Amino acid sequence: MLGKTANGLFWMYRYIERAENISRLVETGQRIALTRLDSPDDEWVSVMKTAGVAKAYKRHHETVTKEAAIDWMLRAKENPSSVLSAISSARQNARVVRTALTHDVWEAMNGCYMALKDALSRRVNERDLPAVIDLIKERTALVRGTTQGTLLRNDIFNFARIGTFLERADNIARILDVKYYVLLPSVYSVGSSIDNVQWETILRAVSARGGYRMVHGSQASPRDIAQFLVLDRKMPRSLEFSVTKIRDNLEYLALDYGDRHRSHELAEALKQRFTAHDIDAIFDYGLHEFLQDVLGSLNELGQQIEKDYRFYE
Amino acid sequence: MNESQTFDEMWGREQVLRPPYERFHEWFEGEDIARLRAKQREAEEVFRLTGITFNVYGRAEAEERLIPFDIIPRIISGREWQKLSRGIEQRVQAINAFLYDIYHRQEIVKAGRIPQEMVSRNDAFLPQMIGVKPPGGVYTHIVGIDLVRTDDNEFYVLEDNARTPSGVSYMLENRETMLQMFPELFSRNRVQPVQTYPLDLRRSLAACAPADVDEKPTIAVLTPGIYNSAYFEHAFLADQMGVELVEGQDLRIVGGKVAMRTTEGYRPIDVLYRRVDDDFLDPLNFNPESALGIPGIMDVYRAGRITIANAPGTGIADDKAIYSYMPDIVEFYTGEKAILENVPTWRCSEPEALAYVLDNLHDLVVKEVHGSGGYGMLIGPTSTRKEIAAFRDKLKARPGNYIAQPTLSLSTVPIFTQKGLAPRHVDLRPFVLVSPAGIKITPGGLTRVALKKGSLVVNSSQGGGTKDTWVLED
Amino acid sequence: MRLKIRHTTRYAFDDPVIYGLQQLRKTPKNGPEQRVIAWKTTVEGGVKELSFEDHHRNTVELISFEKDVTELVVRCEGEVEVLDSSGVIGPHRGPSPLWLFRRATPRTRAGQGCRALVREVKGEGDLDRLHALLRMVHGAVGYEIGVSRPDWTAEDAVTAGKGVCQDHAHVFVACAREMGFPARYVSGYLMTGDRVQHEASHAWAEAHVEGLGWVGFDVSNEMSPDERYVRVATGLDYAEAAPVTGSRMGGTGEALSVEIEVAQQ
Repeated sequence: MLGKTANGLFWMYRYIERAENISRLVETGQRIALTRLDSPDDEWVSVMKTAGVAKAYKRHHETVTKEAAIDWMLRAKENPSSVLSAISSARQNARVVRTALTHDVWEAMNGCYMALKDALSRRVNERDLPAVIDLIKERTALVRGTTQGTLLRNDIFNFARIGTFLERADNIARILDVKYYVLLPSVYSVGSSIDNVQWETILRAVSARGGYRMVHGSQASPRDIAQFLVLDRKMPRSLEFSVTKIRDNLEYLALDYGDRHRSHELAEALKQRFTAHDIDAIFDYGLHEFLQDVLGSLNELGQQIEKDYRFYE
Repeated sequence: MNESQTFDEMWGREQVLRPPYERFHEWFEGEDIARLRAKQREAEEVFRLTGITFNVYGRAEAEERLIPFDIIPRIISGREWQKLSRGIEQRVQAINAFLYDIYHRQEIVKAGRIPQEMVSRNDAFLPQMIGVKPPGGVYTHIVGIDLVRTDDNEFYVLEDNARTPSGVSYMLENRETMLQMFPELFSRNRVQPVQTYPLDLRRSLAACAPADVDEKPTIAVLTPGIYNSAYFEHAFLADQMGVELVEGQDLRIVGGKVAMRTTEGYRPIDVLYRRVDDDFLDPLNFNPESALGIPGIMDVYRAGRITIANAPGTGIADDKAIYSYMPDIVEFYTGEKAILENVPTWRCSEPEALAYVLDNLHDLVVKEVHGSGGYGMLIGPTSTRKEIAAFRDKLKARPGNYIAQPTLSLSTVPIFTQKGLAPRHVDLRPFVLVSPAGIKITPGGLTRVALKKGSLVVNSSQGGGTKDTWVLED
Repeated sequence: MRLKIRHTTRYAFDDPVIYGLQQLRKTPKNGPEQRVIAWKTTVEGGVKELSFEDHHRNTVELISFEKDVTELVVRCEGEVEVLDSSGVIGPHRGPSPLWLFRRATPRTRAGQGCRALVREVKGEGDLDRLHALLRMVHGAVGYEIGVSRPDWTAEDAVTAGKGVCQDHAHVFVACAREMGFPARYVSGYLMTGDRVQHEASHAWAEAHVEGLGWVGFDVSNEMSPDERYVRVATGLDYAEAAPVTGSRMGGTGEALSVEIEVAQQ
């Protein structure tokens, strides 16, 4: 496979994952705004922070309003991580790797782009927002579905998965890091209404409410939430799960190619951090510090994969 | 234009249904117009979703457009095709022989059959190709011959495309779409298949690999990238052939070969089907500004270690000034009269011809010698006095830049409109593959159709569409 | 005369070279006027990828930089037996047709300056006229190291009234073509009486004279080449006969040193 193709696949799937994550954050933000009475616009700053788009927003806007924040996250061209930008980038990469994709995946990707370009061609008003969010989820799910259903399990699939899970791990780590203080056991008294809303935000933002209830029941505690999102091996949007997938897919590549690289060591080391610690140990170490470490490691791993598999040079 | 002067491929000149269209007509009569309208829309949707688009330049944001597809097939009988393909084969053979000669001993110039200036003053002549023997002796691995029809038995070659002819993906996708939408039509008519083209192309390219390459040469398609107007086709062909689609940035010289950067290191390429123009192919040897090419690829080529398809420098054979000598060229190298006719052509570089052309601008089509895509041309009969006057000045300023031809009364084929069938002018580009194993012509080709009533410009960049082209098994 | 030649080019870079190629035309030609007895190119910091003969019958070697090198050394050495033919190389041999050498290139396009020179040329017969041109160019463009740039055209040199051997050859080629002669640029080595070491290779011109074939003209020394001249590469101008043409990524801050030794055996 061409290094360029590996790069294109990696980024196509990162962008697909990003578009979906951003749309979920918009949905969460809207939900909070609707259920809270006090200064809901402030909450959008926090939502944009979790999406990693707050700084750029401030460069383009003087005030934070709900409309502007939603627009920034869904369709701003100046925001490379808006849903529309991400989907355009995903499709651009898909065009580059067209020959590595099945007809079904390409059509799903192209259809996704055409549908969302149309739906996001003008400002989305409040009334249409749920339908647009659903469309984003549906269209990106279709890309994922055709990927699962039609791609050979070879290097093409592995690079797609590595891109997906690097983006996902990065996204979860960022969400947790923005909100980590509400998960710290000692800061607020358990059961305060503020915490409930914040926890709810976190769970919603990673589509984990249902899963959490199944595992931990309806009683939410910060420790359990942290455990669930950082260390649960069955939760497809936990850090542990994502990191394991990255490691596994890298291992499949090593098996296929008969060659190991430094990125395999990095992935294994990253994975070990999760296996070796329980949540209390992580709290002892410092959740924020732990998340910062993980974000740093993910970044380093991404760059190492680029190098080992000759994405650029 | 008076319609009765025009030959319609379905109805002839006398409104009598021509035999190749009999079964189609029977089917069409039984069809519901509303259903066909829905099918036409459905076809567009398929094309859009598949991404069969071309990029339009000159705007802030590159825009992707569809080339309109018309659902009414153009039908050619097996007998008509046989004669055409004999003529095409002869012409393509002559083009290859001409290229070999021009880059070696130039016997045709020495024999006085074409003037030396035609070569020495020609920008398409590539000195770096002098004395080079391309692997397998093939210069033009892929050729597209543009044909027009004016009567039952009258075909003319309008243009030879010996550089990097495009459009073959439309030929294939048009057929695919028709098969999906109207399977019943294909059980009623025995249409010669075109779908083997990608496999044929792959075989043909493999047969042209450098001599020292073992039985399974590595082939790749070179594209300028996703912003190129024909990117879809490049990806399509690579995909269908099962080979890598590479850009200049993926390639460098390793171990004396051109090699592509893979996830497992550099891997040598034996045959490169390039869709990048000569000038941009090698910044070390040609245009140093080119970011699309591979520095040193010409050196590898001249050392005989890669096949470049088509060979660099083939543009000299499809130059519009050389075109006017094609009947001589065919005769010189094949010893036979050309089976396919050339459109009579005035070379404006010759004073007498120029005088005639200036006097008859309103009747003639004047083309730029090196132009393509229908730009920079004058169609006398449909131009205003002002346009003609403006063109006259351009022509006088640089006569050597132009050739002129009579306006041919191009044949029409019906297209499907809101009101049913309506005749529109067409041309035809059959695709030809050349290898040491022989010449292979895909039955049919790309029919381009001027969608505007009366228009003679079929170029997709100027509002032309395409049709599926059927060659019947007689 | 038997000449022993050693040509060493050393490149040092501040930053490592990521990737790069050099096209070398440093191997002397084999022909009736000279015979290559032995020749060898060795590269340090690079790899010899391939070699071929171009359309001027120049031996071209392509070398690539090894990854991340900061120094590249190219060493060419060998022996050549040269005959004195009073500058006459003889009949044109392909593969390039003779008419190709009538083509002006961007560097050899005759403008006002060259045309003015040509108007002054007097003489009976082709050879006379070409020798007159040789003297004319020698007088009009003074030899001065360091004034001209490698990308100068013939016109640039005529306008400046000075230049080096490359400029002299370009002006002569441009004028000779303007006078109707096929002409070409030659790069090569010259043994001089005063020293063995040189910092650059030499360049001169050749024009094709009916009946005689190619004849050499060295403007810088105002004479036709003799047995001290070793022909290496020919072309329509410098670009086609340059000892080195390269492209690379990375490797900024290039420092170049050239050592050429030409000595009689």
